[in-house]
Amino acid sequence: MTERYDILVVGAGPAGLTAARTAAAHGARVGLIDAQAQPGGQVWRHDVRHHAPREARAAISGLGQVELLSQHTVVAVEPSALRVEMPRGASELRYDALVLATGARELLLPFPGWTLPGVTGAGGLQALAKQGWPVAGKRVVIAGSGPLLLAAAATLRAHGAHVLGIYEQAAAASVHAFARQLVHWPAKAMQALGLRTRLAGVPYHFGSFIRGASGDDTLSRVDIEGPRGSQSIECDMLGVGYGLVPNVELAQLLGCALVHQGAHPRVQVDALLRTSVSGIYAAGEAGGIGGLAVARIEGEIAGHMAAGQTQAATALLPMRGKERRFGALLSHHFALDPRLLSLANAQTLICRCEDVTLGELDGFSDARSAKLVTRCGMGACQGRICGTALAELGRFPRNGARPPVFPTRLATLAGLTTFPSSDDY
Amino acid sequence: MSATVRLSVNGQPVEVPAGASVAAAMAHVTLHFRRSVSGTARAPLCGMGVCFECRVNIDGVPHVRACMTPVIEGMQVRTDD
Repeated sequence: MTERYDILVVGAGPAGLTAARTAAAHGARVGLIDAQAQPGGQVWRHDVRHHAPREARAAISGLGQVELLSQHTVVAVEPSALRVEMPRGASELRYDALVLATGARELLLPFPGWTLPGVTGAGGLQALAKQGWPVAGKRVVIAGSGPLLLAAAATLRAHGAHVLGIYEQAAAASVHAFARQLVHWPAKAMQALGLRTRLAGVPYHFGSFIRGASGDDTLSRVDIEGPRGSQSIECDMLGVGYGLVPNVELAQLLGCALVHQGAHPRVQVDALLRTSVSGIYAAGEAGGIGGLAVARIEGEIAGHMAAGQTQAATALLPMRGKERRFGALLSHHFALDPRLLSLANAQTLICRCEDVTLGELDGFSDARSAKLVTRCGMGACQGRICGTALAELGRFPRNGARPPVFPTRLATLAGLTTFPSSDDY
Repeated sequence: MSATVRLSVNGQPVEVPAGASVAAAMAHVTLHFRRSVSGTARAPLCGMGVCFECRVNIDGVPHVRACMTPVIEGMQVRTDD
């Protein structure tokens, strides 16, 4: 089955929601694709127990004529078309213009014990709590880096978890210098203040990181390295994440040029968010980590551009510049402590899909030869976790994206529009 | 927000709020979502569909990401051991 749209937007987070609504307001037929069941992306993820923030509800209810295509995962690309898979079928969606609002994922770094059940990303644990994961009464440690740790801890607390502490790897002086800069972004300063209030009584440690996790089959203890030495804490769950990296796989498959920001790629865009491929735009985190305000303003710019309204887009450029500067501030003040890159030892699993240890990867200088010999990066996550970690560790950069973008059914690739019954799997 | 959904995880009944994910429902029963290729127990890592650590069998379909799947009344979920 083929469906035609003037404009397709991939990703229903803040950038995609804004892009879709903006484009539709110009009269275009707009499809908004998202792999999740509910719109909102990660930052506005649906919470089973709590109402979404007012802006999130407004963005979702303001979609108007936009066709929301939930639980649609893009798996392959064709000329001016995307092949998408749904829980019970597949289809081809054609477009004249495409907006990539694919967002970001967490940077997860390997350390001894990180594969134990009970160890998750920090944003990962926040996402699970919102999905209804039972955290009430659980002893939770939040660690890693960046302002996301505060947001994660606040969500966990709101769901009844006992947050034992937040362990930020950046030094106190660096975090305080960051906080002082917030005066230039009053909305963010208010948000930070609100989070600190909701986290009253939760210790916030600086210059501290998780060295290891242990437990018998599930997590029971974490080892923490801090400015005053090491300590062990008993806990039920550990959420640890080292900031965000852009999701660029779909852009890469579409042939859009990428640029490297440190160890990780982002989609290359000009000021008006045009990628290197004509008719394809990228908004929000995909074009570099910048946060919620960047995502919203860029969504609006990309929505105008995709609808051919360059003048309306251009008017928003000064706002974009200001919000983008915040992203630079984040990466400067929350730069990773080099000690984090040597936490994994030779026995630590790096590729969690194929159980490949760091020691087995010694001597390889590129992802492809490592994969051919060790199977590293060959599993279901397609190297999203290990490849990103290995790039951060300075081992070798990630491989280029190859279709399918996500593991998919043969029936989808064969162009079947409905799947055979489950007996045939 | 008060409606609940009942499903079965490895034959054990679970009741969770409507809109919850299969991953969240499973956590009421077990933290062992799958066995890795070398036999170690695994559970969700990323919570957002990236890592595939939470893949389970849902209504007979294998390798479905539990964190990306909303619960449905009567759903049958199985882990691989």
